[in-house]
Amino acid sequence: MTDPIIVIGAGQAAASFISRHVALGRQTPVLLIGDEPLPPYQRPPLSKKYLLGELARERLFIRPQQWYADQGISTTFNTIVESINPQNKTISSKDETIAYSKLILCTGSRARELPEAIGGKLPGVFTLRNMADIDQIAPEFQAGRKLLIIGGGYIGLEAAAVARLLDLEVVLLEMADRILQRVAAEQTSDYFRKLHQDKGVDLRESARMTRLLEGDGRVCGVELEDGETIDADLVLVGIGGSANSELAEAAGLECDNGIAVSDTCQTSDANIYAAGDCCSFIRDDERIRLESVQNASDQGDLIARVLAGEDVQYNALPWFWSDQYGCKLQIAGLNRGFNKTVVRPGANEDSQSIWYYRDDQLLAVDAMNDPKAYAFGRKIIDGGSNPAAELVADPATDLKELAKNS
Amino acid sequence: MANITWKTADGNEITVDVKDGLNLMEAATANNVPHIEGECGGCLSCATCHVFVDDAWLAKTGEVDDIEDTMLEMTDVERETNSRLSCQIIASAELDGLILHVPEPE
Repeated sequence: MTDPIIVIGAGQAAASFISRHVALGRQTPVLLIGDEPLPPYQRPPLSKKYLLGELARERLFIRPQQWYADQGISTTFNTIVESINPQNKTISSKDETIAYSKLILCTGSRARELPEAIGGKLPGVFTLRNMADIDQIAPEFQAGRKLLIIGGGYIGLEAAAVARLLDLEVVLLEMADRILQRVAAEQTSDYFRKLHQDKGVDLRESARMTRLLEGDGRVCGVELEDGETIDADLVLVGIGGSANSELAEAAGLECDNGIAVSDTCQTSDANIYAAGDCCSFIRDDERIRLESVQNASDQGDLIARVLAGEDVQYNALPWFWSDQYGCKLQIAGLNRGFNKTVVRPGANEDSQSIWYYRDDQLLAVDAMNDPKAYAFGRKIIDGGSNPAAELVADPATDLKELAKNS
Repeated sequence: MANITWKTADGNEITVDVKDGLNLMEAATANNVPHIEGECGGCLSCATCHVFVDDAWLAKTGEVDDIEDTMLEMTDVERETNSRLSCQIIASAELDGLILHVPEPE
């Protein structure tokens, strides 16, 4: 009998691989091994509708729980793979060693934590990445309580929005001189700063903390570099993530900001592939790692096609989204290396889009409440026609026409 | 509950009873309807759950709002007058018997 394809990690990338494997009618058996108790579920709603209590748990599952068995996919959850032996083509957990024909690493990423020495492990301090995190946090989100958020990235901002909707008091600290500094242009930061301030978030930029404070065995606040202290009933740390690549590193696979893969998502071992948050790949001569649904799904899908013998390479245009209060942010492209931005006003007061250029090359668009800018921007970037920034910024320019001609 | 049928270009039919309140992208992926992916989970960011609504049913599936209308510009297979994103069609008794045609990408 053929050894199975083993998939380690049961997230978006794994679900996407399996869905394509099934859709292609492939007969090679698949074993999915996850360290969480559950089959693959959608993570983006965790910090949005699920935390708000507006989305039932069952609807988070990418496929119904029974679906995997129905397709003949074997699953083992609550299981931690402890090692990979690429020479023997086996993986080992505490209980057993299993042989694989191909191995697919979908191990994801994890939230960075604050060091224990400055209070990072105190009760009442949370990170937000898994369903289990939300199940811990949700009961703490009670009206009137003081929530302190460390980090003004998308996770922190989305959590701030949910908390305000639930009537918590929210203080958000960003160490850089503006929120979203690592991922977006100033205009996007400005838009979201105003949005959150209008909703009552006490948003502080260039705010450096020294340590979390403890009272009665639980976090009770934070001390800032200038000596000020801020009270808090609970703390959410949203300071980025790092690739879960330890298993791959220990097996001797090449790693560089995640598990290094080729344009077919192959690692440095020909029988091992990796997809999603855990891996890094070359884009525009640079090795990058993305934490997004698009990247995880498209890479998982691609591996199934590669294993089926298709001649495909990974070159999908990245896209992202975030929901905060009533604002829908949609992003197409990657703005890395931009040196110019233009703002295109939207149809409404609260809608606009930011277009990122590197010289004359259009790289990306951030669209706030402006799905047209997102949709047509995505087409234009995909088409590679690089319309002039002045043209794009002019609200009289019909984006649909530009997209047609790209 | 609504009995929904997806018809694919190669003549296959998938018929399923869908619980009220679920959207038809979720129902499609749960039942292996080909070419319906729903990558964004139904938040109108991916346009990968495109269907053609059988003409007789078009009015009953409701209005296409501005966002959906825009996202329909991004579908793999070009939109028609009866195009919808199936994540925006919610199952209800009203839709019992609905027929959807699944676009076949080239």
